[in-house]
Amino acid sequence: MALLEVTKLGITFGGLHAVEDFSMQIEKGQLYGLIGPNGAGKTTVFNLLTGVYKPTKGSFCLDGEDLTGKSSIEINKKGIARTFQNIRLFHKMSVIDNVKVGLHNQHGYGIFTSFFRLPRYFQEEKNIDREAVELLKVFGLERERDYLASNLPYGKQRKLEIARALATRPKLLLLDEPAAGMNPNETAELMETIKFVRDQFDMTILLIEHDMRLVAGICERLSVLNFGQELASGETAAVLNNPAVITAYLGE
Amino acid sequence: MMKNKKFRSFIINVGIIVALYLVLTVLIQQGILSRSMRNLLVPIGINIILAVSLNLTVGFLGELSLGHAGFMSCGAYAGCIFAVHSGLPPAVAFPIAILIGGLTAAVFGVIIGIPALRLRGDYLAIVTLAFGEIIRSIFTSLTITGGAKGLQGIPRMMDFNIIFIAAVITVVLIANLVKSRHGRAICSIRDNVIAAESAGINVVYYKLLTFVVSAFFAGVAGVLYGFNVGQLTPPTFDFNKSIEILVMVVMGGMGSIPGSIIAAAVITMLPELLRDLDKYRLLIYAVVLIAVMILNASPRFIAMKENMRNKLRFGKNRRVAE
Repeated sequence: MALLEVTKLGITFGGLHAVEDFSMQIEKGQLYGLIGPNGAGKTTVFNLLTGVYKPTKGSFCLDGEDLTGKSSIEINKKGIARTFQNIRLFHKMSVIDNVKVGLHNQHGYGIFTSFFRLPRYFQEEKNIDREAVELLKVFGLERERDYLASNLPYGKQRKLEIARALATRPKLLLLDEPAAGMNPNETAELMETIKFVRDQFDMTILLIEHDMRLVAGICERLSVLNFGQELASGETAAVLNNPAVITAYLGE
Repeated sequence: MMKNKKFRSFIINVGIIVALYLVLTVLIQQGILSRSMRNLLVPIGINIILAVSLNLTVGFLGELSLGHAGFMSCGAYAGCIFAVHSGLPPAVAFPIAILIGGLTAAVFGVIIGIPALRLRGDYLAIVTLAFGEIIRSIFTSLTITGGAKGLQGIPRMMDFNIIFIAAVITVVLIANLVKSRHGRAICSIRDNVIAAESAGINVVYYKLLTFVVSAFFAGVAGVLYGFNVGQLTPPTFDFNKSIEILVMVVMGGMGSIPGSIIAAAVITMLPELLRDLDKYRLLIYAVVLIAVMILNASPRFIAMKENMRNKLRFGKNRRVAE
């Protein structure tokens, strides 16, 4: 059974069918790409899958469990984490605290434990700190651990966002244009990081991207959206050579 | 290494608190502090509690609340009415009154916190502002609160030791909360609600929690105020009081607990320090406030603070590396 099963998902805003009849299956461990021209509804799909919007039609299941209509918080706890197209870091918090927020639900201790600093506070904070540092090391951010997140250069902010998403220990990671605004070197490095994350964390990744070199380089399968509807899907090479896809991107 | 660093900062904090206590005690007992300054010590402590607790809502959660005096008055009246009517000896009634005051204010914190979940920014500010005004007119019209004449005959129990302990406990508890997973969750809501939700933070729960904790300590401060002055009158808890507390928070820096403490102390003393300039007192008071606001927002000053902070942090890192 596929890890993520999306069945005929759809949402309308007033009369606009932003996404319609969208279906896809992502197997565990896959690197899956979601592409399409601007305004095709890619980010809307992400917002549906993370509970920011509630679908008006269709459903989606993670690991066989129906998550349609659940809140963002529940969906995150069930195992879907994401990054954002326009970076949404906790900009006034330190780099390491951003990751620690991601670890929030991994290590529980109560309000009174934190008020009175009971022994459990120190135990759990030590674990949180260790895990946060481990994640920062994966992304080469451990030197900047005490910087304010807003003071990081752009590329590192993108990495920090991925680190924060991974901290919630997801089964499925959604990356919304991870390479946006990066130069070719940074993009190449990012491709390595994404592959590394997939192998290291045994992660399933769905990503939206416009950079075709990145898409062709790392995605195993693709779905193409156009005007909210699926235009094509399948193996990366086949999809990218599909005349309908080329027409959608370049026009006739 | 990590543990040593934390232990050292713990020792430093305890040292600061003990030193402050000793210095103030000596100053009081040697009669070096003027009488008027001595009388200000308790109000300073109360304002520190108010400012630090409001900072939790405004600075850390990032929601503008203009009703802190309202929470303060709920606690003050609840605790002091109990103390006046219970018939218990004052020394017994006092701690119970503090608890009752805090809990009552916390209940109102829930009541105000619920609309706060739906409202943001200016709209929430208006709701909290209205809350403060409504609660004040209710206290003016009830008989049990003594109406406009006020509640009389509250035992006057406050002295320097009690307010010092109360202020230290408040600051320590709130600082502990802020530096925990719960505090990080609260700050993450301030910085980006959508990202906080998608990182699994229960935004509803943490907004309510912040309002409740903040209101609880405002209520405690209210009871302490009642036991200091010996009477409660509704105009004490008007809009100006809420603004005064907010000014302390803004002046000390949003989300800075030491800042709130210093600003609360300075703003409480300022009218007294400027007494000799009697005629110009209010004028200078205003100018000082404006000057601090401008300074706090100036890019150069912010850069300087940032610079210092980074230096301190690098220092710490270097020590860890060794």
